[in-house]
Amino acid sequence: MNRHRIQRLGFVLVGCASLLVTAPILLVVASIVVRGASAIDWEFLSTMPSQGMKAGGILPAIVGTLWLLGGTALICIPVGVGGAIYLAEYARDTWFTRAIRLAIVNLAGIPSIVYGLFGLGLFVLFLRLGTSILAASLTLAIMTIPVITSTSEEAIRAVPVEFRTVSASLGGTRWQGIRRIVLPQALPGIITGIILGLLRAAGETAPILFTGAAFFLPRLPRTLLDPTMALPYHLYVITTQVPGMPQQVQYGTALILLLLVLSLNVIATVIRSYFRRRRQW
Amino acid sequence: MTGSAVCQTSRPIPDAGCAIEARSLHVYYGIFRALKDVDLQIERQKITAIIGPSGCGKSTMLRSFNRMNELVPSCRTEGKVMFRNRNIYDSGVDPVEVRRRIGMVFQRPNPFPKSIYENIAWGARINGYRGHLDELVEESLRLAALWEDVRDKLQQSALALSGGQQQRLCIARAIAIRPEIILMDEPASALDPIATLKIEELMRELAERYTFVVVTHNMQQAARVSHQTAFFMMDADRAGYLVEQGPTRDLFTNPRDRRTEDYITGRFG
Repeated sequence: MNRHRIQRLGFVLVGCASLLVTAPILLVVASIVVRGASAIDWEFLSTMPSQGMKAGGILPAIVGTLWLLGGTALICIPVGVGGAIYLAEYARDTWFTRAIRLAIVNLAGIPSIVYGLFGLGLFVLFLRLGTSILAASLTLAIMTIPVITSTSEEAIRAVPVEFRTVSASLGGTRWQGIRRIVLPQALPGIITGIILGLLRAAGETAPILFTGAAFFLPRLPRTLLDPTMALPYHLYVITTQVPGMPQQVQYGTALILLLLVLSLNVIATVIRSYFRRRRQW
Repeated sequence: MTGSAVCQTSRPIPDAGCAIEARSLHVYYGIFRALKDVDLQIERQKITAIIGPSGCGKSTMLRSFNRMNELVPSCRTEGKVMFRNRNIYDSGVDPVEVRRRIGMVFQRPNPFPKSIYENIAWGARINGYRGHLDELVEESLRLAALWEDVRDKLQQSALALSGGQQQRLCIARAIAIRPEIILMDEPASALDPIATLKIEELMRELAERYTFVVVTHNMQQAARVSHQTAFFMMDADRAGYLVEQGPTRDLFTNPRDRRTEDYITGRFG
């Protein structure tokens, strides 16, 4: 075989590989859309479930998921980004910071059910927050922070050292250099990390299972200390725990969760490309 | 090592013509000594060139004048650098304040990825400048001989400028915080010959207002642009030291030290 043939063969192989990567995603999305789209109307989005969740809408689950996402974001963004700034800009290379980094890497690999049990032990029982949005958000935040910290730290480190040096040479304090030069440059990467982390949080069931998710609660949460329904857990419930559930409703609920996650993803992409167009170096 | 005749270290009060002065300066990176016992006087409103072979501590010398070496965690400085009758390494001195008064231009043009205007205004903003920013930007750009080139595109990215223009922008940016001394670390080494000449011309004009210290590996450049020259070398243990310092013309035509003569005539380095 001559080298041009080998090259062509290589192209075909990697082309097939990329098709294999995308095909399952497309199939999943397509089957959910096909089977679930007909369930979705305004009533489905805006009313409480009725007849043992077999009819009516999924409003409390949607609202609950948004509450959980908001709560998680409020906790994990400052802590995650703050930690990243510290690790990237201030921390010296000592055994202590190395241990922190190791912990972050390992935290990202812990199964989510373990976070759920940890949240139950610490927030629900020990801190007496009860099964509540607050306890569930804290649990989700703990799961999300490592993702945000490691991606943000990487984004901050990617900003050339030179800018910090120049900032110092112009009589800037270290924080002024970080705040006004480094962070704006790292922002697209940081935002990507935040949204990736929140995306994972939005779809998780296990961490909220014992900490804040309600099986059936046909009212909207009023305070952070209320338990709440949430989309992923609701989906789990109606697909496994309710006999005779119309398939349409199951797929409709899955589609809403998918749309929520996808729209977050789209927002992330738009923000990133906007900042990338403005950034030049 | 021979001190300059211009401002002697032995005087109790620094000479009025002396802008900044290193006394018995040693700089270490970890256990490695980069500079050894340097006594160097920089004259006010003159251009002082620091020359010498690679690795002789020229940049370290330059950066010890505004405490930039401290950005390297392993760096340690002994001795004194006197500026306005005060040792800038005294414990009560804020390095940020030192750097505000002693500006710096780097080897590679390194504007911030912001607009031309914002590049100039940045230093003023962070230092709490209360005057009229537009005027400051124009004045700084005029001083750096860049105003005519960029007056219509102040809001455009600084990175769209040519290398030479970018370096003049960096000079304007350094001027905008109104320093007393401007340190330049091989400011033209990344530029083409014409852009280099422009930078040199600019330095000579600006020397009427500012004190310049310029590190260069280019002896012609030192001869062309500077009033004073300091020649550094390194020892067997690779520690840099000052060989001699004097008016550029004397040093180049009539060096007192044999090593200086060998270096400037191209016998090594």
